[in-house]
Amino acid sequence: MAWKATDIRGVDVEAQETPALSEQTVSEIRALFDRYPTRQAVLLPALHLAQAQIGYLPPKALLEIAGLLELAPAQVLDVVTFYEMYWRQPKGRKLIQVCRSMSCELCGQVGLLDAIKAKLGIEEGQTTPDGQFTLIAVECLAACDKAPVVLVNETLHEKVAVKDLDEILKPE
Amino acid sequence: MTPEELHELAQAHLEADKKLSHCLFVCGAAACLAARSDAVIEAFQAAVKARGLEESVAVKNAGCMGLCALGPLVRVEPAGVLYQQVTPEDAGAILDGLGGPPVERLVCPTDVPFYQRQFNIVLENSGHIDSESLDDYVARGGYAALAKALTAMTPGQVVDEVTTSGLRGRGGGGYRTGLKWSTVAKAPGQKKYVICNADEGDPGAFMDRSVLESDPHRVLEGMAIAAYAVGANEGYIYVRAEYPLAIKRLADAIRKAQRAGVLGNAIMGTTFSFQVDLRLGAGAFVCGEETALISSIEGKRGTPRPRPPYPAEFGLWGRPTLINNVETFANVPAIVRNGGHWFASIGTEKSAGTKVFALAGRVVNTGLIEVPMGITLREIIYDIGGGIPEGRKFKAVQTGGPSGGCIPQQYLDMPVDYESLAQVGSIMGSGGMIVMDETSCMVDVARFFMDFCRTESCGRCVPCRVGTTHMHTLLTRITDGSATLDDLALLEELCEMVKQTSLCGLGQTAPNPVISTLRYFRDEYLAHIVEKRCPAGVCRMTRAPKEVAV
Repeated sequence: MAWKATDIRGVDVEAQETPALSEQTVSEIRALFDRYPTRQAVLLPALHLAQAQIGYLPPKALLEIAGLLELAPAQVLDVVTFYEMYWRQPKGRKLIQVCRSMSCELCGQVGLLDAIKAKLGIEEGQTTPDGQFTLIAVECLAACDKAPVVLVNETLHEKVAVKDLDEILKPE
Repeated sequence: MTPEELHELAQAHLEADKKLSHCLFVCGAAACLAARSDAVIEAFQAAVKARGLEESVAVKNAGCMGLCALGPLVRVEPAGVLYQQVTPEDAGAILDGLGGPPVERLVCPTDVPFYQRQFNIVLENSGHIDSESLDDYVARGGYAALAKALTAMTPGQVVDEVTTSGLRGRGGGGYRTGLKWSTVAKAPGQKKYVICNADEGDPGAFMDRSVLESDPHRVLEGMAIAAYAVGANEGYIYVRAEYPLAIKRLADAIRKAQRAGVLGNAIMGTTFSFQVDLRLGAGAFVCGEETALISSIEGKRGTPRPRPPYPAEFGLWGRPTLINNVETFANVPAIVRNGGHWFASIGTEKSAGTKVFALAGRVVNTGLIEVPMGITLREIIYDIGGGIPEGRKFKAVQTGGPSGGCIPQQYLDMPVDYESLAQVGSIMGSGGMIVMDETSCMVDVARFFMDFCRTESCGRCVPCRVGTTHMHTLLTRITDGSATLDDLALLEELCEMVKQTSLCGLGQTAPNPVISTLRYFRDEYLAHIVEKRCPAGVCRMTRAPKEVAV
């Protein structure tokens, strides 16, 4: 039986007609071809571009990237599963990344993470049912002098205390 | 741009600055930015406009000034006054006070040990230039070293100069930079690459992020000089995707350098060409290991491979490749400009120059510091760092992140250099320095780093993949009170095994935090195991047998 990709709803991915990647993303990926001696070298930047467009990497997008780069779909999946920053499921509109590194732990990160979990009613790696927030704990965010820190999308919040959470976790 | 034009640009820029009566440098690095320094810049610009001072006062977005804990920082030149914790509302008062005495309530004293004990090479421009301005960098002597190398030195002479300087790799290993350069230079082949490793991932380390955000051209210049010395025409900067600001500044700096002709084709009118490309990581610590990093650029999983062959002979796409860390490259322009002997005269005999440290944890002044090698830990922690807050007692300082160790009280007067740190069971590492006081449990610290190594292990070799997980299980048992002395014996055995048999540096050094804490704080381990209590009061001992639990 041929390899068959289904998305989280169980829909056959290859049967979906609309392409996952926009024309602009495809042309941005193609623009990188000349820079490297191999097509495979474009894989990581291509995945970043696709994720920037869609918000995560659905199977259909991976298949299209495999086609563009002349790779086997398995090679693409192999790389996607290795790196932590590639998302294979949709994530919330706000990605909350709590630094779990040494300095942050020394300065109260544990209580902070517990408070966020309680407030949002989710565990690490989960998304709130309304699709607002996804919570993860991450390795060092390199702002140890201002520990503990929380990165919400691209905004870094420093010296975060439990009382600041109402402000930081405001829904859009 | 030819070297002459470069010189003219620098002169013109300096002349233009002379017309100004004052220049305000507002720190725009990540820590100050998070403290709303962008609003401070806007407030200054608006206030300058409102007062009609556009001709005489310039407001610049500068790089890190070190004392991140007191940001946003603003430096006023030529007075040399530094202001701390500046708010947008303070802009008017500071502007109105220009030329007169400084605004007392905001002044940050600079005659304190925090600044006096430092020696800046890598950070010499940090906070003194607009990080996004090529002209500012050139006016401070930027790209003059590249011009000197290209027009007055042969590639071999550049390698010799770096060898004379005694510079060693600042990414952690401490390998002699001159030796690495000469290996790549001698390697046969037309096509060679230069890679800048900016995949800074050690918990507690933020030096490279700060250098890239504050003075990106310095790293580009160092890379270009290296490329000329080893005979490469293409370079890559592999930077963590977690650093959005550093990525933006680097991309912008590359564009500006290409436009000015100091990067790209026929640099400064010579036959030398050098293209730089920015590559983003995707959240894998192991990619800081050089062979894993190469694999990641090639578009594969970032797993390391056995060495030899070393990248210097067989690197990116099988070509000879020079890989150095951000801070290593940032030292190069100063070495070429001032000579290798000058650099070798700073620091100690075997560890020349300076080192940038990220001071964090339980210490009063947290932030970025640059000190000559050979300074003692006590000077760093008590003079520069201002000691331990809340009158608590110093317990240990952790250097080298998950590959390093914890250094106790009795070694505080030891000089900081590669050999001394290795002797006491730690490493120089990339420069993270986390200070711990009596409220830190050393077993918990070891467990923390093991948890990090366990999650970041790439899974390729068994000792690291299985060993780190097993060591973490044992450490967790100790911290929850269910461990026996047999578990401790097994832990020690595993440390040795993982250290000896892992494929790459990640696994080989993963046991270090355990080994060093066992060496100096064995009593804490025994208190957990035998007495079922945590001396620091950190571990909850939830699974301790009831009859022993207090």
